[in-house]
Amino acid sequence: MKGESAVPAAIRVDLQLIADMVAPDTRALDVGCGDGALLAYLTNFKRVDARGMELSQAGVNACVANGLSVIQGDADADLRAYPDNAFDYVILSQTLQATREPREVLLQMLRVAERAIVSFPNFAHWQVRLRMAFGGRMPQTTSLPYKWYDTPNIHLCSIDDFRALCRDLGVRIERAIVLNSKSRPIHMPPQLANLFGEQAVFMLRRD
Amino acid sequence: MLQDLTDAEQMALAQCRHAVLGADRPLSLDCGVDLGPYRVAYQTYGTLNDDKTNAILICHPLTCDQFVAERHPVTGKDGWWESLVGPGKVLDPARYFIICVNVLGHCMGSTGPLARDPATGQPWNLRFPVVTIADMVRAQAALLDHLGIPDLFCVIGGSMGGMQVLEWAATYPGRVFSAVPIACAAHHSAQNIAFHEVGRQAIMADPEWKGGDYRLHQTVPARGLAVARMTAHITYLSEQALQRKFGRALQDRNALGFGFDADFQVESYLRHQGSTFVDRFDANSYLYITRAMDYFDLAGAHGGVLANAFRGSSTRFCLMSFTSDWLFPTRESREIVHALNAAAANVSFVEVASDKGHDAFLLDEPEMFRTLSGFLKGAAAVRGLRQAA
Repeated sequence: MKGESAVPAAIRVDLQLIADMVAPDTRALDVGCGDGALLAYLTNFKRVDARGMELSQAGVNACVANGLSVIQGDADADLRAYPDNAFDYVILSQTLQATREPREVLLQMLRVAERAIVSFPNFAHWQVRLRMAFGGRMPQTTSLPYKWYDTPNIHLCSIDDFRALCRDLGVRIERAIVLNSKSRPIHMPPQLANLFGEQAVFMLRRD
Repeated sequence: MLQDLTDAEQMALAQCRHAVLGADRPLSLDCGVDLGPYRVAYQTYGTLNDDKTNAILICHPLTCDQFVAERHPVTGKDGWWESLVGPGKVLDPARYFIICVNVLGHCMGSTGPLARDPATGQPWNLRFPVVTIADMVRAQAALLDHLGIPDLFCVIGGSMGGMQVLEWAATYPGRVFSAVPIACAAHHSAQNIAFHEVGRQAIMADPEWKGGDYRLHQTVPARGLAVARMTAHITYLSEQALQRKFGRALQDRNALGFGFDADFQVESYLRHQGSTFVDRFDANSYLYITRAMDYFDLAGAHGGVLANAFRGSSTRFCLMSFTSDWLFPTRESREIVHALNAAAANVSFVEVASDKGHDAFLLDEPEMFRTLSGFLKGAAAVRGLRQAA
């Protein structure tokens, strides 16, 4: 992705949704930034002071070699190092379910920034339910491709579970976007969204 | 100030620039002494642009010097960071104005124990005030003032050079746009102080050292300095690298000698390292520079909280460490990263996989070059520095 290009390069649909939630000229921390696609987009097209944290050293090195500000670290251990309100947004994309303490991570995110943007796979998606109910096996789907023994996802939740946690924590949900298995936003009442949504993107705000 | 130079100093100064500073405003050293006038030897590569925005300061480690990217005037060897600095390299003189300053207390032309005390006219030797990393950096800043360079696009250095980079960022945040401390720590560990102490004791135990006045007695504490170098050199390598390079291979023989000659290749290698070091380094300087590293404790200088050293900093940081470096292990770089996070500074951190130990930062490490190149590109874009195609 080149800074001089006028047309934004294509990034994954869920990343694009997140990018659209971030206001220009703000400060953002992307936790679990992977290859830095979102960071590069935010830096180049929204003039965001974007920093990243990534578990895999190879990912970190690739990001830094592309001129992005990224450190090696993980959400559970390293969010604590940041001061209150260091950022406007902390982003956690497809990573919450792999953290040791998702509740604590959410609290840390909303300490470090006023807003948190979280995306995660919905464990109550109908395909998951079917596989579990009728296949009798741990579900493997496009958004949950791992086998039970090698999955990094140790804290999977449904969209409703997540809403409940936000309620418990007194966290305001500013936006919730539910995506179908083609990564297109779907507009349904919550009960149906929890059945037909394959993943969700939430923007949370400290109350 | 150019009288009484050693041969090495004369050769060095003939091949680089120097400035005599502090005649009117002496340097206030951490130990309480005002030093002035003092000489700063430095080398430059490339040209300062009209906006004065392309200056890069390279801070050299303990036993390297200002001859970064050229044949060394004393040893005849290639520059110590020629892999990084030069046409077409990551630090290209066509793009950047690159400066490297021989640190205070060193022996390649800058004022150190080899010089004469202007007050007495006598050689300083051990009466030279103990200098710190902060003093070295102050002298570098004074040189930049003298050269009319307001700020630096980047300060880069490994090991002791990395300590200087951290000191620069902490003391002159407004003059450091970006900082790259490599294979270093915010303080010297007990183990590192211990190794330095072994080296110093070796020098001081050499009867030729004469309480530091060996030049007066026309002697050289060569054995002591060589042993100091041998000890230190082991700490720059890794167990793996030593094993790979030498194993238990014998030197110029087919069987054990049943004596104390250099039977093993590793012994011969270390002896060679020691004896060649003596030709280019001064024993008293070695005492002073190792002391400066031992005294370095950036958190200690900021109320015990490392993050305090970087509060409000807008400098962009890029730290690098190497997996097999046990002298400045990754853990110590990570401490700095955490402190920078706590100060909400802009920081990148890369750990490079290498089995070459601490010395990796001086060697051909493509991952390090890629990281530095990308980081500088990003920083240059933010600073609006023109990049070569």
